[in-house]
Amino acid sequence: MNPNPRHLLEINDLGIQFGGLTALEHVTFSMDPGEIVGLIGPNGAGKTTVFNLITGIYQPTLGSINLGGQTLNGRKTHKIFQSGVARTFQNIRLFKKLTVLDNVRVAAHNQMDYNPLIGALRLPGYWRDEAYATDHAMRMLDIFNLTEHADEMASSLPYGQQRRLEIARALISNPKLLLLDEPAAGMNPTETQALMATIREVRDRFGVAILLIEHDMRLVMGICERLVVLDYGQVIAKGTPAEIRQNERVVKAYLGGSAV
Amino acid sequence: MNAATRKSWILNAIALAALSAAFLLPIQSGAVNAYIVGLLITALINIIMATSLNLVCGLLGYLALGHAAFMGVGAYAAALVSIHWNVPLSFPLALLVGGIAAAITGVVIGVPALRLRGDYLAIITLGFGEIVRIIMNNMPILGGARSLRGIPRITTVPVAYVAVIICVTLMFTLGRSRHGRAILSIREDEVAATSSGVPVTYYKILAFTLAAFFAGIAGGLYAHYMGVLNPNRFNFDRSIEYLVMVVLGGMGSITGAIIAAIVLTLLPELLRGLSNYRMLIYSLALILMMLFRPDGLLGTAEFSLVSIGRSFKRTRRSAQNEGRDHSES
Ligand SMILES: Nc1ncnc2c1ncn2[C@@H]1O[C@H](COP(=O)(O)OP(=O)(O)O)[C@@H](O)[C@H]1O
Ligand SMILES: [Mg+2]
Repeated sequence: MNPNPRHLLEINDLGIQFGGLTALEHVTFSMDPGEIVGLIGPNGAGKTTVFNLITGIYQPTLGSINLGGQTLNGRKTHKIFQSGVARTFQNIRLFKKLTVLDNVRVAAHNQMDYNPLIGALRLPGYWRDEAYATDHAMRMLDIFNLTEHADEMASSLPYGQQRRLEIARALISNPKLLLLDEPAAGMNPTETQALMATIREVRDRFGVAILLIEHDMRLVMGICERLVVLDYGQVIAKGTPAEIRQNERVVKAYLGGSAV
Repeated sequence: MNAATRKSWILNAIALAALSAAFLLPIQSGAVNAYIVGLLITALINIIMATSLNLVCGLLGYLALGHAAFMGVGAYAAALVSIHWNVPLSFPLALLVGGIAAAITGVVIGVPALRLRGDYLAIITLGFGEIVRIIMNNMPILGGARSLRGIPRITTVPVAYVAVIICVTLMFTLGRSRHGRAILSIREDEVAATSSGVPVTYYKILAFTLAAFFAGIAGGLYAHYMGVLNPNRFNFDRSIEYLVMVVLGGMGSITGAIIAAIVLTLLPELLRGLSNYRMLIYSLALILMMLFRPDGLLGTAEFSLVSIGRSFKRTRRSAQNEGRDHSES
């Protein structure tokens, strides 16, 4: 199948095995630029594994991943980030003993190009690049209401702000595709509400496509334009939130008796 | 640079100048005997060794057990330049050649060792240190076990002092650049670092190579202080000594490494009678540190006059608050 230039992300017949265990099989779906797509399914369905495959943490046993018509297969994780895919983690992974500002500036690494000698000698290239990156990072912190915490250690932030910092760090690269792994996990309803608004704002403002893993059905149904449902490593349904709500297989496998 | 940072820089620069004067003037005037001069030079060289090892153990977070070997490579390379090529300015050149020779060795060891995951670096650097020592013992051009002699004795206290200032400043500014941040991010979380666009293998090798480079400079200083080189000076025990300095000083803290380097150079001299138990005491100190202060004495914090002033104010304020509490009750 040829990559369709209209699509931003194309995942085709993706599969991976861990030892004897087939974690994903025949996973096929695509995303358009600027779209918000939900990736849902019960625990252990393989959602996080999809993220790890897209970002090159794992290599697929089968299938292909294309971004803007270019294959990501075999590419290194940091190169995939540079091609425009950024992510957050299900279990927050911040640079705990770095400041909030530095957490974001680490990810702005590729927007600077001075070499170690210029940095060590504090030559003009250092000041120019750092001023630019710091400015950019501060603007990002501003969007996520983290400005006043810029000089604090990331580990000192409360949980909800750590989640927001992770998103700020991911967005500093101006990605085309943002992968959010359970961003609302552990948040209270008010925080979740605010997060929802932020995610929408981020999409509108940056035009970034968002692939969202989330268990909070209100959040998912509220902001996703389309859903992909995984169960036991396979795609069991794709469609709009309304279609998914009606889908018998989904209701049986996942939504079960729980209120939607 | 904001006002607080500028104030901190200026204050620390003034303190450094005062310290330098207090330190160098008596020595220049010849008021200090040769024994003390020797100790001071050793302490200064150890500062470069500890702060450079800190790049790998503190900033990158990897255990390296062969740092003395890089010092040895630098020492011999610099010595050979001085012995065989005596031109004006050959001393700084010799030091630079020593640093570069050690850095090249660092790349040769680092590339295979750091591409592997996990703690292979500790094991590989351990083996490498011994291999280097054995090679040095068996190379005729290096004098072998009979030592390399006739190296001009150029390293004085002021020379070593200037070298320390330059090296430590460069390591400090490197640590606070995009490269330093990238290295720190690997220590903090390698998966998050690579997912944030940091080419982790490159930065691991860079940290390791820079550490080797500065150790090579320290080696060159050492060679031109001693005038004689023996391979066994660069053995495993020495590597452990430098490691102890970094661990005691607080992994990631340059000032902590400096203080630990000074203390651990002077302390054994004060406790001469215990010299047989030196390694035992180091091991004990390491174990106690790991139990009670796993982040080292200073942790990752840097020692600065402004922060001392700040903590002093804080203590005073809390003391005042306490007083107020009492008066209210
Ligand atoms: N590195 C790994 N090694 C072995 N098994 C793994 C690994 N990563 C994921 N798995 C397995 O793959 C399945 C899907 O996991 P995951 O993608 O984390 O699920 P989800 O995010 O949907 O809850 C699970 O059975 C998990 O145990
Ligand atoms: Mg998961």
